[in-house]
Amino acid sequence: MALIINSKMMVKDLSNRILGDRDLQKIIGTLLRIGVISASIIALIGGVIYLSVHGLESMPDYSKFHSEPAIYTTFTGIINGVFSLNARGIMQFGVVVLIMTPVVRIICSLFSFAIEKDRMYVVITFIVLCVILFSMFTGVKI
Amino acid sequence: MSILTFTLILLLGAYLAGLAGSLTGLGGGVVVIPLLTLGFNIDIRYAIGAALVASIATSSGSASAYVKEGITNMRLGMFLEIATTIGAVIGAAIAIYMPTNAIAVIFGLVLIFSAAMTMRKKHDKTDVIGSVAARKLKLNSSYPTNDGIVHYQLKNVVGGFSIMSLAGVLSGLLGIGSGALKVLAMDSAMRVPFKVSTTTSNFMIGVTAAASAVVYLQRGYIEPGIAFPVIIGVLCGAITGTKLLRRMNVKLLRLIFSIAITIVALNMMYNGFNNKF
Repeated sequence: MALIINSKMMVKDLSNRILGDRDLQKIIGTLLRIGVISASIIALIGGVIYLSVHGLESMPDYSKFHSEPAIYTTFTGIINGVFSLNARGIMQFGVVVLIMTPVVRIICSLFSFAIEKDRMYVVITFIVLCVILFSMFTGVKI
Repeated sequence: MSILTFTLILLLGAYLAGLAGSLTGLGGGVVVIPLLTLGFNIDIRYAIGAALVASIATSSGSASAYVKEGITNMRLGMFLEIATTIGAVIGAAIAIYMPTNAIAVIFGLVLIFSAAMTMRKKHDKTDVIGSVAARKLKLNSSYPTNDGIVHYQLKNVVGGFSIMSLAGVLSGLLGIGSGALKVLAMDSAMRVPFKVSTTTSNFMIGVTAAASAVVYLQRGYIEPGIAFPVIIGVLCGAITGTKLLRRMNVKLLRLIFSIAITIVALNMMYNGFNNKF
């Protein structure tokens, strides 16, 4: 939603002057920074709750791999964890925000190339986005 | 060991890993894997998951500054991301069938190669005549320096694209940014100026890592109890590293870290050959 508003603003901006490459780079730079900072803050909040509740328990055995349960591996599971104030769920949500940061950056680039009317790069960006969405929705299960 | 003690020690370790990764130019993720496996005896799959998110954090964090300065070649990055993201998905698929000991050995090799790459001499070839493909793909660009705008042209797009695919596969398989291979593809094959190739590679690492991180998250490789201290620690370490790089000549420090990382890599390979993973 925010992206749509943003692109409308850019189009409006375009009517006054040509929106240069530099402006778009600044927007993308700011976006990356906001993503990393908010992901760290979310993970930190979850971490502080986690440590204050479980900090004195003995650490789990990480030397043997056993896949994480669904509440930490699916989007709905993680969101449910956040709303039930599950500390580990909040930490994992921070991870999700971090992973989504570059993806949102690509969507932002897609709009910027579209505004520049650079069709070739709209297609190139779209291919990259599709690869990531493919891997996100299939989970590459073979 | 209590969870609190473990988290604090891991936080400190991740801070040093981020610092080392930033000073050597290897990236934060790459040092995290030996730290977790050799230092904390954590399963390499959890280590890969944590390293991936650490790579995204450092890449996005530092890329934001370079993008704003206008050094990053966004079109070049986007074009080559086709190669790295497809490679990363393939790498994440191969990882299911690859024994963890083999992954450790490959990781050691890539780490030694990366450390060697940071030691090589950096000089930009001037007067490169760009290829037709580079012109058609609008990859030729310019970047600001203290002496004004420098224009540059690129060549060997196919060669660069191929090395980038390999970089993507390794990144998906090992959970690292494989920045060294990305720089090799851009510097040596395509003749991208050094400053542009390092920042563009850094910019690309976040997207490449995200392509396989979404797979590893669903496979349960990302353990929040490990990922949280690693993200915070590596990010803070990388920020310190960037500040140090601006203030002092870190040549000696870089050499020491590169030797240390090579020893660590040999250790990983030794353990891999002895089926310790």
